[in-house]
Amino acid sequence: MNLARFRPHISLKNLNVYYGNLRVLKDITLDIPDRQITVILGPSGCGKTTLLKTLNRLLDFVEGVRIEGQVLVDGEDIYAPGIEVTRIRKKMGLLSQRPQVLPMSIYDNVAYGPRIHGLKDKKKLDELVERYLRIAGLWDEVKDRLREPAGRLSLGQQQRLCLARGLAVEPEIILGDEPTSALDPQSSQNVERCLVSLKSQYTVLLVTHILRQARRIADYIVFLYLGEIVEHGPAEQVLNNPLDPRTKAYLSGEIS
Amino acid sequence: MASSWRIKKELLAHKLVSLASTLPAWLIVIMFFGLLLKARPLLLSQSLGHLLFSSQWSPFKGEFGFWPFIMGTIWVTMIALVVAAPLSLLVAIFLSEYAKPKIREMARPMIDLLAGLPSVIYGVWGILIIVPLVGRFLAHLCGVSSSGYSVLAGGLVLAVMILPTITHVILEVFRVIPQAVREASLSLGATRWETVKLVVLREGAPGILAAFVLGVSRALGETMAVLMVVGNVVRVPRSFFDGGYPLPALIANNYGEMMSVPLYDSALMLAAAILFILVIIFNFLARLVLWRIERRRT
Repeated sequence: MNLARFRPHISLKNLNVYYGNLRVLKDITLDIPDRQITVILGPSGCGKTTLLKTLNRLLDFVEGVRIEGQVLVDGEDIYAPGIEVTRIRKKMGLLSQRPQVLPMSIYDNVAYGPRIHGLKDKKKLDELVERYLRIAGLWDEVKDRLREPAGRLSLGQQQRLCLARGLAVEPEIILGDEPTSALDPQSSQNVERCLVSLKSQYTVLLVTHILRQARRIADYIVFLYLGEIVEHGPAEQVLNNPLDPRTKAYLSGEIS
Repeated sequence: MASSWRIKKELLAHKLVSLASTLPAWLIVIMFFGLLLKARPLLLSQSLGHLLFSSQWSPFKGEFGFWPFIMGTIWVTMIALVVAAPLSLLVAIFLSEYAKPKIREMARPMIDLLAGLPSVIYGVWGILIIVPLVGRFLAHLCGVSSSGYSVLAGGLVLAVMILPTITHVILEVFRVIPQAVREASLSLGATRWETVKLVVLREGAPGILAAFVLGVSRALGETMAVLMVVGNVVRVPRSFFDGGYPLPALIANNYGEMMSVPLYDSALMLAAAILFILVIIFNFLARLVLWRIERRRT
């Protein structure tokens, strides 16, 4: 990847997040490249999930949270007063640690977003559902049981359904919060393969603590430790020639 | 040796808990047959159909038609449910999904307190506030004359009584719905209201229904507060402003009073049995609905 030419999709400027008096994210300044897979690495409790939730403003629902600094998406400050939060969230699809299917059918899960945003045409919805289930690699497995409750799918299938559901609102960014941590190896591989195939069209931001996963799919790596960015850069560089001793220690398994 | 003693204890504990678990079922059967036994003289002297559906109530002439009381019970309970169900749902939605935690934590104990107030207090409050409100204001508004002692007053007092109970249960139901499911909906660009409507209510549907069932069961059997405001006239209510005479009020007002009248005590026992059956029918219907919801989702 040529660093000089990378265009940032998301820019964080001096971001600080506090839970009460506790400062969970410290002075984060970071550009996240457009249409690449950026992996945020770091031990548990280092603020990875908080960082992700800051981006789609799900942090708004956490009581006692305070956010300072700027988060720019496509150059727009998403914490500016008067901004329409639902529009910001629509720009980002979220994959959570455990797949969270909605209490409705497989079809309705995928159609949920488009319907909310005003699509009523039955034929268009059918097309959309099929297209995104195909992209998520789930279509062949579920095409005959679209009306069944989504809860009947296996966990791996559920996570791919969540991916299809997120893609159906036509976001620009995919946020993944350790999306494979609850899945078996085969399902994890399916989800990973999906994410890799999506990066030509989407900016992917993935939180993980699985080093091997980062090696497999990351283009750009951010190493977060105790709420601070220790190091970030192209994947080959950070993974193979880390500059900071803490990154070295983490990569060699000394801190986890 | 030691281990065989452990196994004996295990067996004993198993037997004990399984015995205890059948106790509620036995109590229901025993109570119901006790009531029927006491009501037997009346059941033998008149047909059950006549007793249930006749509106003639003249104990001195041996006429015991329960229809006015059954209808009184149904009117009062339905009014209470229709008023309390949507209100408690809205209160629970506000407290669970919109209110700041501080407000929620303040409201919770107050709701629980309301749920625990003795019903005679609600009755007095009903006489002081609800009865005049119905008689002087609502009846006028609808162009009818009413003393205010009516099924509407009874239903409203009951609604206020069951509101906190239902709200409490719905709040518990909402609390066990994982935050992450809400986040999934929000992250797709849904508003909070859309999330409530499409996800929270759907996920909580069986629990919400159970809350309503609990409220209705309480309303069906509530005696004191209703008896104080409902008018206690033996007549099938034809409108909200008519007085009524629900089954529990009949029993409470008369048991021990007119026992010299032949068959009167049998009649009161039958009233209790009918109430019993009403509660069971209602619970059964609710189970049916619950079962259908569950089947649709899994």
